Amino acid sequence: MTFLRQSLAIAAKDLRSEMRTKEALNASLAFAVVIFLLFSFAFDPANLNIDVNDYAGGLLWLAFAFAGALSLNRSFARELQNDCLDALVASPAAPGVLFLGKALANFALLLAVEIVSLAVFSVMYDVRLRAQLGWIIMVILLTTWAITVIGTAFSALTVNLRMRELMLPILTYPFLIPALLAAILLTADLFAGKPISAANAIWLRVLVAFDVIFSLLAVVFIDIVLVG
Amino acid sequence: MREKIMYLLAAAGIGLVTWTLYKVWFVLPKEANVAAYQILYFHVPAAFTAFTGFFTALVLSGLYLGTGNLRYDALAAGVVEVALAFASINLITGMIWARYAWGIWWTWDARLTSMLTCWLIYAGYLILRRAIDEPTQRARLSAFLAILGCVDVGFVYKSIEWFRTQHPSPVLSIRSGGGMGPGMETPIYWNWLAMLCLGTVLVMVRMRQEEISREIDSLRRLAHAY
Amino acid sequence: MNALDVEGVWKYYGDFPALREINIQVAAGSTVALLGRNGAGKTTLLRILAGLSKPTKGKVRVQGEDARQESTRRRIGVLGHGISLYDELSAIENLLLFARLYGVPNPVKRADEMLERTGLDRVRDGLVREFSRGMRQRLAVARVFLHAPDLLLLDEPFTALDDRAIAVLHALLEETHQRGGTVVMSTHQLREALELATHVALIQRGQIAFAGERRQEMLVDTGWLYRTYGEN
Repeated sequence: MTFLRQSLAIAAKDLRSEMRTKEALNASLAFAVVIFLLFSFAFDPANLNIDVNDYAGGLLWLAFAFAGALSLNRSFARELQNDCLDALVASPAAPGVLFLGKALANFALLLAVEIVSLAVFSVMYDVRLRAQLGWIIMVILLTTWAITVIGTAFSALTVNLRMRELMLPILTYPFLIPALLAAILLTADLFAGKPISAANAIWLRVLVAFDVIFSLLAVVFIDIVLVG
Repeated sequence: MREKIMYLLAAAGIGLVTWTLYKVWFVLPKEANVAAYQILYFHVPAAFTAFTGFFTALVLSGLYLGTGNLRYDALAAGVVEVALAFASINLITGMIWARYAWGIWWTWDARLTSMLTCWLIYAGYLILRRAIDEPTQRARLSAFLAILGCVDVGFVYKSIEWFRTQHPSPVLSIRSGGGMGPGMETPIYWNWLAMLCLGTVLVMVRMRQEEISREIDSLRRLAHAY
Repeated sequence: MNALDVEGVWKYYGDFPALREINIQVAAGSTVALLGRNGAGKTTLLRILAGLSKPTKGKVRVQGEDARQESTRRRIGVLGHGISLYDELSAIENLLLFARLYGVPNPVKRADEMLERTGLDRVRDGLVREFSRGMRQRLAVARVFLHAPDLLLLDEPFTALDDRAIAVLHALLEETHQRGGTVVMSTHQLREALELATHVALIQRGQIAFAGERRQEMLVDTGWLYRTYGEN
């Protein structure tokens, strides 16, 4: 119980900090919209011969993954200022608590960016969301958690390193391929109005398994990263 | 003693490879309809060796975390480097064969794509190590990455395989196409053994290098501290 | 039971021994001044005591329990080089965060109390980003004593503090001492530390060169310790 309470205190602290400046939030959102714009030159959504649903899933998750890296980088980096990380690690909060708290905050922030970008995206690329909205939201929640767990863990890993901003994407993206693959396939089907059936349910299972296994691994092993 | 083992393993490895080469070129019946399929006898074992390496690195990382002995970390790093080399061999031979069999360099075949992803994951491991100067911190962080990486390899492999069953692409395999006859598969496993021998030799060489560089590093620290 | 038991602690960074066979017992209620040149190992030792780092060999026990246990860390207060406060949060928000992490009963009341003690009650809701240097230091001190720790670990506390903050720190240290709390502080400011200290330890090249009660010679001639036990 203390575990959850302490995690929420840390998550609240991160969110409060971010909401005061909204730097990462605005930057991520702007970045996502820019990516949509750039993609429109490559894939021309105005071309009626190409079914936008073929590539919309991939587009969306690429944009989310890239935008996510922006805010995830800051996650542990903001603790370095004023030596806050030491104070947190020295506190009674277990390293797993620190990790979970930050992951929850990152999850909320990334989700906020995604929901707004999704609205923009559906307008720009004329994608129908209403048909499978419930499942779309489910997929977004599961995949965002996957991005958050790996991203936050690697943010902790790279926090003290020289080339932190570069290292985080290099390490995170290959790791996320299974989750992003599942998300892209599911989203493509859901945008086309197809429900979750036996054919694509396996991808939901992949997402859930990915989330559960890596959440456990991260929480259990994060003390190796945080405690010298 | 250590040198003797290295020479023995190297000899065994080279011997086995020579023997399988002989078998593949001169003894086994040729697959008439598949071009340059002989390269598969190196392509497939290279993948096996790479995955053996990734798993070994996981075990070694666990041993480091359990004992705190930096030798395990050095060993893990050496194993990953060698595994990555074999992964590269797998990718390159795969591309060569794709060119011969399909006329294109890259076919997005499930196994090639998976191996590329694993290659990126473990290249990231080596990049991480290079970014950390202090040996104990480097060992700790690498161990964390090695553990998560090996688990992810499983996810990568399976998910890309399932993807390709739904969205087929040219497949780099003669097993699924023509079907390899009995006896034609054994050279693959002998070559795997050969590669394990050669891989071990390379790891031993790499280990020695790491030990020397660690000594230099600590001497440097000693000199700077006082 | 000792406040602190350091038994056979070694810390290696790679092959380099930053700490070698450290054995110290600190009785409850004492104030230990940890002296030593830069690079001698003071900060390394303090980090291990604070639970920020694990010793390569040996054990550290705080009041009989392992230093990394949650119950132990609840009773330790750490002041490092940085102020360990969030610029984007207000004074009260910073204190409440740590109050919650340390399980302080009546967190709001206690936080307000500490703000008053350190003369920051008027800027309770002000963002730390806007504070002057002295105010930030005083808030840092407030954070350390928030949960009334039994063991205080201070890394060169007098270096960064201004006069007002030092006065606050002195008062709180005195209070801790009255409660029977223990203090270990590393320092370069020999005079100030020695005045407060009951015991002194000198670290040199990762080893304890001297550990014992503070003696009169040390106060009179602050270089005495280094000359007698240190290297030149």
